Amino acid sequence: MINSPAELEKLRQEILSKRDPGTTRISICAGAGCLATGAGKVITAFGEEIEKQGLRNDVNIKGTGCPGFCERGPVVVIDPEDICYLQVTPKDVPEIVAQTIKEKKVVDRLLYVDQTKNEKAVHEADIPFYKNQERNIIGNNIKIDPKCIDDYLALGGYSALAKALFQMTSEQVVEEVKHSKLRGRGGGGFPTGIKWEAARNAPGDTKYVIVNADEGDPGAFMDRAVLEGNPHSILEGLIIGAYAIGSHEGYIYVRQEYPLALENAGIAIKQAEEHGFFGTNILGSGFDFYVKVHRGAGAFVCGEETALLLSLEGKPGEPRARPPYPATRGLWGKPTNINNVETWANVPLIINKGADWFNQFGTERSKGTKIFSLVGKIRNTGLVEVPMGVTLRDIIYKIGDGIPGSKKFKAVQTGGPAGGCIPEAHLDTAVDFDELTKAGAIMGSGGMIVMDEDTCMVDVARYFLNFLSEESCGKCSPCREGVKRMHQILTNITEGRGKEGDIELLEELALSTRSASLCALGRSAPNPVLSTIRHFRDEYETHIRDKMCPSHSCKELISYYIDPDKCGACRICPRECTSGAIIGDKNQIHVIDQAKCNKCGTCFEICPARFGAVIRLSGKPVPAPIPEEMRVIVRKRNPKREKQDAGNLLTD
Amino acid sequence: MREISLQIDGREVAATEDMTILAAAKNAGISIPTVCHYEKLQPFGGCRLCTVEAEVGGRTNLVAACVYPVQKDLVVTTRSEQIDKIRKVLTEQLLAYAPESEVLENLAREYQAEKDRFAKEPSFCILCGLCVRYCAEIKQKNAVGFVDRGPNREISFIPEIAASECWDCKECFPLCPTSALQAAFVLMRSLTSSRSFVKPASNKQDEINSITERNQHNGSPAALLQAAAKG
Repeated sequence: MINSPAELEKLRQEILSKRDPGTTRISICAGAGCLATGAGKVITAFGEEIEKQGLRNDVNIKGTGCPGFCERGPVVVIDPEDICYLQVTPKDVPEIVAQTIKEKKVVDRLLYVDQTKNEKAVHEADIPFYKNQERNIIGNNIKIDPKCIDDYLALGGYSALAKALFQMTSEQVVEEVKHSKLRGRGGGGFPTGIKWEAARNAPGDTKYVIVNADEGDPGAFMDRAVLEGNPHSILEGLIIGAYAIGSHEGYIYVRQEYPLALENAGIAIKQAEEHGFFGTNILGSGFDFYVKVHRGAGAFVCGEETALLLSLEGKPGEPRARPPYPATRGLWGKPTNINNVETWANVPLIINKGADWFNQFGTERSKGTKIFSLVGKIRNTGLVEVPMGVTLRDIIYKIGDGIPGSKKFKAVQTGGPAGGCIPEAHLDTAVDFDELTKAGAIMGSGGMIVMDEDTCMVDVARYFLNFLSEESCGKCSPCREGVKRMHQILTNITEGRGKEGDIELLEELALSTRSASLCALGRSAPNPVLSTIRHFRDEYETHIRDKMCPSHSCKELISYYIDPDKCGACRICPRECTSGAIIGDKNQIHVIDQAKCNKCGTCFEICPARFGAVIRLSGKPVPAPIPEEMRVIVRKRNPKREKQDAGNLLTD
Repeated sequence: MREISLQIDGREVAATEDMTILAAAKNAGISIPTVCHYEKLQPFGGCRLCTVEAEVGGRTNLVAACVYPVQKDLVVTTRSEQIDKIRKVLTEQLLAYAPESEVLENLAREYQAEKDRFAKEPSFCILCGLCVRYCAEIKQKNAVGFVDRGPNREISFIPEIAASECWDCKECFPLCPTSALQAAFVLMRSLTSSRSFVKPASNKQDEINSITERNQHNGSPAALLQAAAKG
């Protein structure tokens, strides 16, 4: 139990004195993404190999938080040399130990290769993915074992709390956060300091502070990575916030689907309690604060703050009208301050380094950095943290390394399911709250889904409206009915039943849904529809008028056809066809039975490039199959080939 | 409670601080359409037909009059081209469920709503929640509640409670803006179907038709309940 800032500092020095900076440290990302690609086995393998080599006392191994480069996981960093290995498997471990740990040599084949320059990057900082980021929040993840509070303390953890409690009045804390111009990272973008001030000034002795970790956007995992990887940074921010507004009780609302985040948050709270960061008389300051973890039951809408509050109270998670805002009437009717995970994680940095430091990052009206989850048709999938104001083009091409294959970029969807799609022409949009809104999208909580030329924009709108329709609570009719009807119309269009007037009807429904819905879910739900109509209206028109999907993506509007002049009768597609729709045999041109075809696209994918016989048709009729008697291919005699074919027959 | 003054449709209106825009307008004799509102119940803000323009500090927002608290110098507009457009679509959306509802037909006339704009799904229920909230707030029985969410949302009587509470009450029936039939039907179904909370997968319209056929000359809720008890 630590009873003063001096004792905290003493403990920190003790931890540091036991850690020789020259000791070899192996850090393996143990975030959910890397664990899914086998990081757990890599950690075990390192443990065993180090034991086998008798290096147990010389080497420190730890599973850490997620550094963000999920595409190339499991990620391993070896210090003090700062060597970064990617896509490490247990088989690589003996070589790494023998070469890097014992001989201090780099294992070349595990390094990042910059394809454009054909250069290898040894250090994390040399990899373009990291080099172009500003990792104020997630930069520490790879240095911290989230289950070990000492790692956080070694990096100066809880010193911001000590500073706030002993060197600042609660007003000064609020002022500092106001001065930082930090805006809510959960999607609303409301100035955090003003929110705190409102809760602080609201009458009442009982007040609550809440961490909103109900991250529900498909494809978004920023909050998960921070809560899993560096839980103490959020706890520290929360306690500082509680002190600022005069709250003695807080909740962390985490979605049940994040088991590792729940586990790590639970461990962190327990360790923080044991050290005296929670409970009565924190660090001897006289300030008391308690925290509990609450698990969300899986409703997307519970990320909306009023729905979250009702859910916390044990009621159905449905939003209620604001005002009154939670700052004056929140949990159990008491003044309550709710902030997103990433917002809380910024607080210790602002207190420690000052609002002016924070203000050097970002744009005029959007300060600091923002974490995005960069996913979809992009080479470097992962978490990226950039200063506000960076362009979408830089994120996609400099950090994300562009679109895989030889495909063309088509659009990027920002802001989660209720965000908007931004086309190529607007790629130089600066990423901040206001600029994204002007482009027809939103910042949201930081989802960023990249789409290439094969993605149909009408189908994208349909997909997101389907998600929103299922996740609408159904309380207010503009959202319940509006989203449902928009989804029906979009489904009709993508299935070839679109009709003249559908676009106008969508716009009309979007207006009532956007203007009259109760909460932000309904009010932003039309974004995917409106932004795709705005930037890709021609795609809608082609679907409706010509019953054609230009991206060859809408199943009901496309057909697969085998060009008889190109088919080599190789028998691959009949074998792989998932619906038994392809008729064909040796030396028999293959033909697709259109009635049986389920349009899975397997034949298109697997037809050998030397034939390229399978084609996708949209908006035009499928040519009649060639008559059976004309399907025989007469080949020139090739004894070698015949022998091979005979072999194939035997193995078939 | 402090008196304040605000402007509604160009008129100075007096109100107390605890009032909503809807209450203040009603006091001043200005009518705003509602479907889910009932004075004895807590404001709900579900149907959103009471959407009005509220200007405060130079910013105009569209807000639901039934839940939005009045404040000093608020400037409210209850009819405009934008508001009428919204009310038209909202009415059309609800008409798909209860095409015969008098309340909705009146709204349709006022806002030129087309009856057949959206594919009909006659469930009779427009999910205003009046029955659910009345039973919870006034009767404190919670015999009827919402189940599921989004487009799958329905009202459903809880058989265990309804069996003992509803027969002598039925006070929610006249509150229903579409037709008491729905409440009766749902109640009947709950009492007669197996005592589980699982929704029967049958088609509502077919079931209603078969019941109304049996009671051709007497379609009142009471008769339906009797028929249900026998059947």
